[in-house]
Amino acid sequence: MIEKILNPWPWYVAGPLIAIVMISFLLFGKSFGVSSNLRTICSMAGASQLSSFFKFNWKTQTWNLFFVLGAVIGGFIASQFLMNENSVLLNPKTINSLNSLGINYSENSFMPENLFGINALRDIKTWIFLVIGGVFVGFGTRYAGGCTSGHAISGLSNLQFPSLISVIAFFIGGLLMTHVILPLIFS
Amino acid sequence: MRLIKFLILGITFGITMAKAEIISWFRIYEMFRFESFHMYGVIGSAVIIGVISVALIKQLNIRTVKGEQILFRVKEKSILRYLLGGSIFGLGWAMTGACPGPLFVLLGFGVWPIIIVIIGALLGTLLYGLIKHKLPH
Repeated sequence: MIEKILNPWPWYVAGPLIAIVMISFLLFGKSFGVSSNLRTICSMAGASQLSSFFKFNWKTQTWNLFFVLGAVIGGFIASQFLMNENSVLLNPKTINSLNSLGINYSENSFMPENLFGINALRDIKTWIFLVIGGVFVGFGTRYAGGCTSGHAISGLSNLQFPSLISVIAFFIGGLLMTHVILPLIFS
Repeated sequence: MRLIKFLILGITFGITMAKAEIISWFRIYEMFRFESFHMYGVIGSAVIIGVISVALIKQLNIRTVKGEQILFRVKEKSILRYLLGGSIFGLGWAMTGACPGPLFVLLGFGVWPIIIVIIGALLGTLLYGLIKHKLPH
């Protein structure tokens, strides 16, 4: 049992757990969506002076901020106590394509050294890449009114057509980046 | 207690995202190359259980823990905003390997450069707030 917890969890454990989290939100009278916290944090930081979009009482969103705080703590607990080894076993085909792009794959890391390693961060280009990536995440999720949790999990579970369009669009952007733009950036 | 339950949900979520490697950049790259079932299994099984649960909640008129009616968020009818916003988010997801949930889990996991991405995401949210009225919705 302990070994099973320390090893990577299969999809059929993770998927149902995420569903339980989503259903718990409903039973607590709230809904599961992470990206709206970014708006709340902007509002807390005083963005309401810049746009009416941030003019709302952010204190009504405290429950969601507690969820995000929990997610940070959960990441910490996993990294300190629940990791046997960070072995991400990828499809050999994926490893080949990473090699051809010159992206360093290491079984012992969740992130490529080229983007998140100390040496990579000595290059301003890495910072620009990460900031732009983040801007796309923040801008896109607010424009679409939700992210993977709000649209793909909560929205699809409630058979929302807008969420289906959103999830398809997540893949339009993701496929374009993975198959067209990343190869241009890294070649 | 009112807020602690959300903290516990967050911890459960964070541990799950880390242990199932959903926070791994490599797993997202692999997903967008359709070279593993893992991410599709995670999202697919969550959605199937979600659809059944939501249908049951509606059918059986299940109420919240406080006995109130469960209100579902109905998403505003539109196509353009979801198509454009979703595609922009997809670009960022494939670049950084993180959607908003994993951004915070990775912070706790100790992947410090993710702070740069979080700052970017906050700037992106701010930018949306500033130019929202000029965008097609």
